[in-house]
Amino acid sequence: MSGRGPTAPGPAATVGAIALNTFREAIRDRVLYLLLAFALLVIGAGRFLALLTVGDEEKIVKDLGLSAVSIFGLLTAVFVGVSLVFKEIEKRTVLTLLVHPVHRWQFVAGKYAGLATVLLVNTGLMGAVLSLLVVLRGGAPGPVAIGIVMIFVELLVVAAFAVLFSSFTNPILAAVGTVAVYVAGHLSWSFDLLKRRLPEGAARVACDAARAIVPNLDRLDVKAEAVHALPIAPARVALGIAYGAAYALAVLVLACAVFSRRDFE
Amino acid sequence: MGGTDSGDAVVLLDGVTKAFRGHLGVGRTVAVRGLTLGVEGGGIFGLLGPNGAGKTTTLKMMVGLLRPDRGTVLLFGRPPSDPAARIRLGFLPENPYFYDYLTGEEFLDFYGRLRGLAGRERWRRVREVLGQVGLAGRERTPLRKCSKGMVQRLGLAQALLHEPDLLILDEPMSGLDPLGRRDVRDLILAQRAAGRTVLFSSHILQDAETICDRVAILVGGALRFEGALQDAVSRRVLWYEVAVTGVAPGRLPGSVLSSSGEEILLKVPDEASLGELIRAVQEGGGRIGSVWPRRDSLEELFLREIGPGAGSKGAA
Ligand SMILES: Nc1ncnc2c1ncn2[C@@H]1O[C@H](COP(=O)(O)OP(=O)(O)O)[C@@H](O)[C@H]1O
Ligand SMILES: [Mg+2]
Repeated sequence: MSGRGPTAPGPAATVGAIALNTFREAIRDRVLYLLLAFALLVIGAGRFLALLTVGDEEKIVKDLGLSAVSIFGLLTAVFVGVSLVFKEIEKRTVLTLLVHPVHRWQFVAGKYAGLATVLLVNTGLMGAVLSLLVVLRGGAPGPVAIGIVMIFVELLVVAAFAVLFSSFTNPILAAVGTVAVYVAGHLSWSFDLLKRRLPEGAARVACDAARAIVPNLDRLDVKAEAVHALPIAPARVALGIAYGAAYALAVLVLACAVFSRRDFE
Repeated sequence: MGGTDSGDAVVLLDGVTKAFRGHLGVGRTVAVRGLTLGVEGGGIFGLLGPNGAGKTTTLKMMVGLLRPDRGTVLLFGRPPSDPAARIRLGFLPENPYFYDYLTGEEFLDFYGRLRGLAGRERWRRVREVLGQVGLAGRERTPLRKCSKGMVQRLGLAQALLHEPDLLILDEPMSGLDPLGRRDVRDLILAQRAAGRTVLFSSHILQDAETICDRVAILVGGALRFEGALQDAVSRRVLWYEVAVTGVAPGRLPGSVLSSSGEEILLKVPDEASLGELIRAVQEGGGRIGSVWPRRDSLEELFLREIGPGAGSKGAA
């Protein structure tokens, strides 16, 4: 085909363009740098705490560091994620964007891909600084790196929820919902505890249903092993990544379904 | 070059109805009711009507942003939800807003990618279209520093970027100064000259009167008129308004509309009585300030259509 006349780009180009713009929006927002600066401060503070405390310095650096990566990663996913789709609708930029030859699912995928890139850069930076600290203390960076990868997978799941919630509700409710999923995802053992106390019947079924819907984020948690330099089975890592990816994909499919039905008033 | 088969409707609405829920889900506003309308390729089509007539709702259904409750919409023969239907479409929403963290150039580059424009061609088109809308030299201005008029011009630029066969513009002249309005009008005329179809909405009749080939008039969500502009308005003179100074009104033919100080505004029904009036003024030693032939304009048509009993809202 010759270049004259309008054409439609392929799905990869469309999703890529929307992702690039989303990434640009995030990195031009001060909040991201504030969060990153805070995270690096906390990671660095591990060294001081290690000096003051009796115990294994390396473990303290790793423990505090991985917690910081996880928490600040979560805050980034929530802050950047929940306003992603909402802002486009609220500021009505979606009115011109969706009139392009763009499928609604490509819009959702592009937004998510942009957010995932932000999280990749963010956790990557925090992880690099933490690994450097561990190496400086004479430790091996391997287990920490695996811990960081698993945190990133967890954040991908959380980010998918942020995009889902922000496609049908306001940022405050979306943020509350996203944090709730994160918390519940780390307490999935408590569903069993709760179930034993509930009467037979509907309540127990509801409890089972809630457990099935909420992702089991503990499956992705290898922090204890990383901190104590215990062996982490490759199969566990692989299964965790597969579980997280499948979960995130399912949530995104749901977000696309919600978004495809929407009117833009 | 345009690629639209002549005679084929580029946009077709058949029995389209759309209602909105009221605030907090209470009540219902029927924004568009049973609208059947076809826009043929080529020329300038004006979708006119007062505020709240349902113009924006209609245009949003045409471009796939709203789904009709009832009826069908076809854009280039396909449902507008199909991205393929929107390849040859350019759209400017009402009071547009764009990414304030981008510069004009970055913004158009982004949309150029979504239009499938490749590297060098995209760069060339972005420059070209910025010049076309009068924003040459403002490529690097961040959008958060742009005035409303500049944003409107950028909105036109993004609609024109891929040289679409059909332009749908929602109130393209609103919020612009007279110079801006003229630029937009010239731009629309240039699109027609290039063989493209322009469909635009306006609640201001003068915008449409001078440039539209066909118009549709919406009132209360329903179609009141569709056809060639000359059929909507007769060019017949209804009466003349004449401003006169230096004569007492009692000695002149015609009825007095108003008077302020020396000047009196008189109304005479036809050319013969206009002649009589002018002679009477000259004989009485007065002067004629101005003569204004009042024609049946869209304005009058509007007033007639909106007139008594034109309730627009249906509560349920
Ligand atoms: N999102 C909405 N929610 C409720 N009512 C709406 C909404 N959008 C438009 N309306 C109502 O529908 C009618 C038509 O609106 P609109 O299409 O914007 O008219 P126009 O563009 O001709 O001014 C108006 O009465 C308006 O109040
Ligand atoms: Mg409107």
